[in-house]
Amino acid sequence: MKQIEAKIVVLGSQGVGKTSVVTRYVTQTYKHVSPTIGASFFTCKVTIGDYRVKMSVWDTAGQERFRSMAPMYYRKANAAMLVYDISNKDSFDDIKMWVNELKKNIDSYVVLCLLGNKCDLSETEREVKTDEAQEYAASIDALFYETSALSDIGIQDAFMKVGKKLIDLIENRPDLHIEGLEQYNIRQNGELAGNQAEGSVRLENTTEEKKNCCGR
Amino acid sequence: MDGGGSDRSQTPSYDSDVPEPGAGGTVILAPTDSYADLTQGWQGSLHEIRRPRHSSGTISEITNRSKPELAGEKQEREKDGELKDKLNELQVTDDEDLSLTSSDETTASKEDEKEGGQTAAVSSGPSASGLTVIESDSEENVQTEAWRSQRKHIFVLSEAGKPIYSRYGKEDKLVTIMGVMQALVSFLQDGNDSLRCLVAGKHKFVFLNRENLNLVAVAKTEDSYHQLLFQLTYVYNQIISVLTYTQLNKIFKQRRNYDLRRLLTGSEKFIDNLLHLMDHEPSFLLGAVRCLPLPSSTRENIAQSIVQNANVKDLVFAILLANNQLITLVRMKKYFLHPSDLHLIINLVNASESFKAAESWTPICLPKFDASGFLHAYVSYLDPGCQTCLLLLTVDRDMFFTLSECRQKIVDRLNRYNCLTAITEALARTSYSISQVGIADLRHFMYKSKSTAQYTSPELDAPYTTKEEQERLFGLYLYLHHRIHSSARPLKILFHVGANETLLGWMTSGFELYTVFGPLVTKTQAITSINKLLKWIKREEDRLFILNAPTF
Repeated sequence: MKQIEAKIVVLGSQGVGKTSVVTRYVTQTYKHVSPTIGASFFTCKVTIGDYRVKMSVWDTAGQERFRSMAPMYYRKANAAMLVYDISNKDSFDDIKMWVNELKKNIDSYVVLCLLGNKCDLSETEREVKTDEAQEYAASIDALFYETSALSDIGIQDAFMKVGKKLIDLIENRPDLHIEGLEQYNIRQNGELAGNQAEGSVRLENTTEEKKNCCGR
Repeated sequence: MDGGGSDRSQTPSYDSDVPEPGAGGTVILAPTDSYADLTQGWQGSLHEIRRPRHSSGTISEITNRSKPELAGEKQEREKDGELKDKLNELQVTDDEDLSLTSSDETTASKEDEKEGGQTAAVSSGPSASGLTVIESDSEENVQTEAWRSQRKHIFVLSEAGKPIYSRYGKEDKLVTIMGVMQALVSFLQDGNDSLRCLVAGKHKFVFLNRENLNLVAVAKTEDSYHQLLFQLTYVYNQIISVLTYTQLNKIFKQRRNYDLRRLLTGSEKFIDNLLHLMDHEPSFLLGAVRCLPLPSSTRENIAQSIVQNANVKDLVFAILLANNQLITLVRMKKYFLHPSDLHLIINLVNASESFKAAESWTPICLPKFDASGFLHAYVSYLDPGCQTCLLLLTVDRDMFFTLSECRQKIVDRLNRYNCLTAITEALARTSYSISQVGIADLRHFMYKSKSTAQYTSPELDAPYTTKEEQERLFGLYLYLHHRIHSSARPLKILFHVGANETLLGWMTSGFELYTVFGPLVTKTQAITSINKLLKWIKREEDRLFILNAPTF
């Protein structure tokens, strides 16, 4: 069993449902959430094929005033979930802004995944057509899902697909520079040791990041 | 102390050589006086005290402890100094009393300036009464009786007169009203005057002009002019806390017409919540913080858990809160937290449900600590019930994971010593009832230790069990506080016999005490009682106050 830590950032406008999407994925529940302050950090572990994937998710706040903080979270990300609300055209347009910003500020390869959230809403409320979003996703080489945190549609698939893509990149594209995404082999004495190994993985990672900071 | 001749029993005395109950060996919070904010401006006393020793912004000072100063920053700081001077000029002087005229008169009083170059002129008549009778189609909610009957309105507008915040109603529906307010303010500013207060009927209109922002309170509550001004200052500080002074200033330098609501989106609820807290929690009025009553050994143990496990570079404050009360605060040596900054932190936690979902990382500016920049706060609840909230404040924006590890170690140690259970238990039982104090006829009190900026107060028992009675009690305290702190005639002791209760307020260099007795108590009895009360507080001080301030 190999292990990777996938660092995922969730970006998008205010009120599109970023926190709901993450909460749905991590805890399999939906409840009304209040606006995120700053950013919240979630983790969860999934097994994909031969890999144990630890997902570290930065759920950022959509409010304007926190926008300048976003680089802190996406700088070290391996994947970005770009969330818009299918009933809000402006939130879809904002995605383009985010994509430009990511392109400008990140050197390493980042897996993009476009999520059109709130797809449980009726077609009369829809402002962003599926085709249009699909086309845009293709143009930026992003995965695309329409999701609903409320009705649990598409979210598990989206995160799994992101995980798979990262594993695929590790195995087949050594030429791509993926920030901090490395694989670790778990010690082989059962569940407990596995947990310990995970703990140490993060420690190693942190020290490494620290080194980078000092080196700058 | 409670014996002696009749003269002595008529005026209470407290030996000033003896530390007041609740006075600790080391200071945990910066000591405060009432209205310190108003006399000190936004940098505050703390900054003033610190300035001679450290001549720069606090955050950059910590960040640059070992680094040479960058030229850009130096410039920034010089600018900061200039601005500060300007601000000092703009400060509202509070040395005079506003003779508020009787409530039936629509005309407002005019007063003389006793200090400095500004005159506080108060205009009267048409414009003031005009505020409440503006009629236009677009302003539906101003029309409604419900809107008008609100007891305390708070408005924030830009210097260009653009609406930024209104406690009730939608700002964009209030453009005209805000325009009128701005016209009033700038009319007087043109004459090098400043508008501070006007009275119309039962309403007080209080104005606070800060650089870039004007704040207005319109209230028919018990609050005095200074108390309202103080609340406006808190609202201003709350806005600074979200944006920083530097950013606010930059925005309006670039575009005087900027609609600040864009940047404040989502933070209106913090102002709403702050205003609500200020109407109910005496801590704001007193400039003090209430501690969760805990055995001192437990508290010590909690503090040690933090000191031992969060001793990392650049961590400035570690704060543990539960139910708006302070459990412990660990600070970096030489840096103090001002109570009003702590109030903003308490407000942030109180108003944000989102911290309960996961570990959070958010920028926060503490105006008294350093208004020019953000600290970064790691916020996480420690118990599954989400009652005990840990905040770790640092100047390093990349420290989240380090602090997350610290949190885990802190929780482990707290659990090992059953501290979290102790906190949950302390929260579950009510703090203490007035009957535990065992003084006949004493219905309620508030005691503030000045040097530690902490206060204690019993639960609200009968007759203060209904919302109306609680509000009335709060009104009594507002009155007592106002009379004692009246700038024209500050009082050391006030004995006030009212229709339903008798009040006794007492201020010394070490403490402030506000007591509420039954209506029939005599002055001598009241004085004997408060001497007993002080002894009781002294006996309980270990539990009610944080006496030792741990540092990293």
